[in-house]
Amino acid sequence: MAHVKLKYRKYQKDCLMQQVLVHNVNKIYRNGCIALHAVDLAIEQGEIFALLGPNGAGKTTLISIICGLVTKSSGQVLVAGHDIQRDYRAARMRIGMVPQEIALDIFETVWNTVLFSRGLFGKRRDTAYLEQLLRDLSLWNKRDARVIELSGGMKRRVMIAKALSHEPDILFLDEPTAGVDVTLRRDMWALVRRLREKGVTIILTTHYIEEAEEMADRVGVIDKGRLLLVERTVSLMRKMGKRRLTIVLQHPLADVPLELAGWQLELEENGHNLIYSFDANAENTGIPTLLRRIAELGIEFRDLDTARSSLEDIFVSLVERAA
Amino acid sequence: MRWFSINYTGIYAIYRKEMARMARTMWQSVATPVITTVLYFVVFGRAIGSQIQHVDGVGYGAFIVPGLIMLTLLTQSVSNASIGIYFPKFTKTIYEVLSAPLSYTEAVFAYVAAAATKAILLALIILATATLFVPLNIHHPVWMVAFLVLTALAFSLFGFIIGIWADNFEQLAIVPALVMTPLTFLGGAFYSIGMLPQPWRAINMLNPVVYLVSGFRWSFYGSTDVGIGASLAFTGLFMVICLLVLWWIFCTGYRLKT
Repeated sequence: MAHVKLKYRKYQKDCLMQQVLVHNVNKIYRNGCIALHAVDLAIEQGEIFALLGPNGAGKTTLISIICGLVTKSSGQVLVAGHDIQRDYRAARMRIGMVPQEIALDIFETVWNTVLFSRGLFGKRRDTAYLEQLLRDLSLWNKRDARVIELSGGMKRRVMIAKALSHEPDILFLDEPTAGVDVTLRRDMWALVRRLREKGVTIILTTHYIEEAEEMADRVGVIDKGRLLLVERTVSLMRKMGKRRLTIVLQHPLADVPLELAGWQLELEENGHNLIYSFDANAENTGIPTLLRRIAELGIEFRDLDTARSSLEDIFVSLVERAA
Repeated sequence: MRWFSINYTGIYAIYRKEMARMARTMWQSVATPVITTVLYFVVFGRAIGSQIQHVDGVGYGAFIVPGLIMLTLLTQSVSNASIGIYFPKFTKTIYEVLSAPLSYTEAVFAYVAAAATKAILLALIILATATLFVPLNIHHPVWMVAFLVLTALAFSLFGFIIGIWADNFEQLAIVPALVMTPLTFLGGAFYSIGMLPQPWRAINMLNPVVYLVSGFRWSFYGSTDVGIGASLAFTGLFMVICLLVLWWIFCTGYRLKT
């Protein structure tokens, strides 16, 4: 009995430490389509978590379930220890959400729409906070402009302002930089980092792998409703990252010489490039021996290039492996 | 916020936004029904009314006032509430309401209260306009207000259901245009049911608006086509049916959630 109590206390403590705890969540639509399959996920306070996955993988469904927009078929979701169904008010108070599509009442002014969002979440008007928020998002000068008059980038910032208007602890960004230009994307990343510094937990879905690689502390890869992997971005890169040595040959080769079979080389660019993939973290890469052997065989080369595999390569290999 | 607490600020936010929408479309919201009503007075009250001396002991011009108010109240309650919930669905801003710490009851209350307020304000403006054309003497002012509020709330609930059901603007317009307006015209807005020959009179007793117009007219002149109890019972029954439908909608997430 004491053991059970202890275990329960530990579970409670774990729940409180996690900002978002998703346990065995399933979502099956009426047409039988399985959108989520036994998803387990824990998001810690103050982290930036990126959910990666191809279109239709279940990213938006998972976010929508946590935010109360989609009803789960089974499982449990806790937000700061509050069940999203039983204690939905306390759970939702902590969440801000920026959906993928721009959805705004275009006839309202920026100020009124932000004020509305704050009120909706049960927070009294705080002019000073909202002014600072709009200033941070470079919207203060546009506060009296109607949404219809704003550019696409500004509308997206209004969406973020609305999501942050009630001072949430957790911010969900569903494809925040989809379709925005490079400058705005950089601005968004800077904003996300500033929010994290303030202690806001950020969960974003993206198919810009570069975005996840640049910002996320941890990434989760989801495909066909299954969470394939959750890992710290750095350790994932370290664990699964490969380096690639490209040897640009003076004269093309028809085949890889048998004498070089031990290195598992590949030929690219019609035999002009000899490719050697090796473990990025290995102490002995085998490169010096390889180059020596190439020289002994009389194969001339004019250039060498090395590159590290990106998160995108890792993501593609994971999804392909799951398929 | 505990489960039994009420998100007053959230309710007020929706109510305020809806009322602001009315202010933004002031000309459309207020001027159009007022002008239409004035035209009714000119056509029915003066042109046709001059040929009819009295109905149930009341001058024809005064007789049609409750019916005209009820016509506006019903159509405005339905259209305000339906557009109030349909517009966020159409613009997809409904996600904010659905993800807010707001219960379904609170959200419905806010939208319905705003729609009913607008409809009642218009009804009162039309009542004030009517006094410019005909002398009015309200026998039961408390009952008049009660009928106004109950009918506005009941039909705003009905409008809210239409707004959730509608998938496009055509569907949104079809119920007020093809159901509400004909029922109100046939429901005795411009005549006493007693003036109809049988079997039309009996058939018309199936029209729910008959009970509303009749009850409302009773609060003005003390005379009625049907009993006041029947009028009140019908309004209450209609409200209960709408609440049951809404309860089902929110339990199933019909057209709101997947």
